[in-house]
Amino acid sequence: MSLLEVRDLHTSFFTDAGEVMAVNGVSFDLDRGQTLGIVGESGSGKSVTAYSIMGILAANGKVVSGSVKFDGKELIGCGEAAMRKLRGNRISIIFQEAMTSLNPTMTVGAQIMESIGLHTDATGDDIRKRALELLGQVRINEAEKRLKQYPHELSGGMRQRIMIAMALASDPDILIADEPTTALDVTIQAQILELMKTLQKELGMAIIMITHDLGVIAEMCDEVMVMYAGSVCEKGSLRDIFKRPAHEYTKGLLNSMPSLEKVTSLKPIRGTVPDLLALPKGCAFAERCDETMKICLRKKCPLIQLGDDHFSACWLNVKDRGGEVNG
Amino acid sequence: MDHKTLTYIIRRIILAIVTVWVVITVTFFVMHAVPGGPFLGEKAISPAAMKALEAKYGLDKPLLQQYFTYLTDIVTKFDFGPSLKQRGRSVVEIVFDGMKTSAYIGIIAALIALVSGIFLGTLAALWRNSFWDRLVMVITTAFVSMPSFIIGSIFLIVFVIKLKMFPANGASEGGLILPIITLSLSPMSYITRLMRSSMLDVMGQDFIRTAKAKGVPRLRIIFVHGIKNALLPVITYFGPMLAYIVTGSLVIEQVFAVPGIGRSFITSITGRDYPMIMGTTIILAVLIVIMNLVSDILYKVVDPRITLE
Ligand SMILES: Nc1ncnc2c1ncn2[C@@H]1O[C@H](COP(=O)(O)OP(=O)(O)O)[C@@H](O)[C@H]1O
Ligand SMILES: [Mg+2]
Repeated sequence: MSLLEVRDLHTSFFTDAGEVMAVNGVSFDLDRGQTLGIVGESGSGKSVTAYSIMGILAANGKVVSGSVKFDGKELIGCGEAAMRKLRGNRISIIFQEAMTSLNPTMTVGAQIMESIGLHTDATGDDIRKRALELLGQVRINEAEKRLKQYPHELSGGMRQRIMIAMALASDPDILIADEPTTALDVTIQAQILELMKTLQKELGMAIIMITHDLGVIAEMCDEVMVMYAGSVCEKGSLRDIFKRPAHEYTKGLLNSMPSLEKVTSLKPIRGTVPDLLALPKGCAFAERCDETMKICLRKKCPLIQLGDDHFSACWLNVKDRGGEVNG
Repeated sequence: MDHKTLTYIIRRIILAIVTVWVVITVTFFVMHAVPGGPFLGEKAISPAAMKALEAKYGLDKPLLQQYFTYLTDIVTKFDFGPSLKQRGRSVVEIVFDGMKTSAYIGIIAALIALVSGIFLGTLAALWRNSFWDRLVMVITTAFVSMPSFIIGSIFLIVFVIKLKMFPANGASEGGLILPIITLSLSPMSYITRLMRSSMLDVMGQDFIRTAKAKGVPRLRIIFVHGIKNALLPVITYFGPMLAYIVTGSLVIEQVFAVPGIGRSFITSITGRDYPMIMGTTIILAVLIVIMNLVSDILYKVVDPRITLE
């Protein structure tokens, strides 16, 4: 049994314009201490997947079907009180914009201590001691002084460290990082990723690293899941995805990724993401794909096992393996 | 309190003093430019007696000299001179006497407006688009733009004259209830709407999602993370609200026969009681300046992002 088992998750937002189908059948496993990367263009449903797991969707959002099992326990429909005990305690999340994600009128100390107070028995001075310890863990110096500062008085990198400290308040089993470095400078970005790796070694938590940046994935992850329009295109080990990409979308992402060797041949994927209010019947990527076949437009390809834990949802893979693609 | 805050407060106080001085000066000269004198209405007054009266009150001196005497008396003795009509009583005495009642209804009206405005606005935001929200919005839209004397007159007709639920005289028991409610309705409506939109904005912010992701219980999210941030725009309304209540009560006290500053002010205008008119104007202006100062400083205390420059 994995620490986290997500099965066929469907999440929609109900808006005046209709049902926005943001997540359409996502499944994955996460083991203790593992790092899973979720990658995809903006709008592919990465954040919504994470929020669905945590139960922090916007008021108009709802998990329509599927299952999320944490430590063997079903989370979907388990109730607000039970979820509250898990959130920030056993599953924590940090966000892209640390500035807006911190309360502007509360000192960072108060915000970290609030987390500690919620999930531990500690009181008074012990909470304070723990907060100082957490700041040490995320390598913030002058901790005493920092506790009394407000978010706007800190640098971007420092704010993200504060977010991490807050997330680690009660040694979570899973840390979800939703584009934690997207808003930061390259050097600060590297520092934060380094810090997360170190913390993972020290604390042994599993990490779900959400990003649109394959560079971050390459740096951090063991396993990778590629998402497009709310569905999983491909998942596998870091090696599978980078050395043996099977889905045309994954190949497109890799081609559009800048690297030292091939700056010149950089090739963005043409077209734009489909409208989630009216998803096509077939493969959501078909209209942007160079290899589209008839079946791609008619029917969505299920995930097909290509290797040990390498899966891809592309009819070309079926064809390559001599399968029937006229369905 | 840090150095910057202190400098800011001192600067604001100096600015407030200058404002008050301008008010005194303008009031004084405008008052003296108006034709007609205080004793014109009194019949059978001989020229000699008139001279004596004017000399007694210093009205025969050059205007500039009168002005400096007036200013010095205010600054050194907080003395606004004697009333011309209520012989033997000083302006300060009369104003503070009326202030007892006026301040009482003003403060209660402000408190009612604040507490119920914040409460109603928060509920409307949390239950956005519900029947409750729509009801609150309709009612507050009506009251926010209605002048207080119209609200007061309607109340007077309905509750005092027709239903006889309240006495017509503000000085009798229970007579202050209607003026207080009348004065509080418009600011309460304004605060409700301000609080509603502010709360809606705050509850949609990223840090509320963070609080939820931390496992903070909903009520604590609403109070500690929501309301505290949503209050910021309401605080900036403190000053204007007091100005509204002060000016509103000038008229409302007339409507409900409340023995406050408002009434003595109107009486002094019709009686051309110069020192009274000037004194009341200046004291009310000082009050408003102080309230604006307080609400600015309060804003800084609640919002750490504001740097006082
Ligand atoms: N509250 C909401 N109401 C309507 N649509 C939403 C809401 N939140 C997210 N969505 C939509 O869900 C889709 C997936 O969003 P998201 O998971 O944030 O993408 P990303 O992969 O960039 O994190 C987007 O098309 C977005 O517009
Ligand atoms: Mg996102």
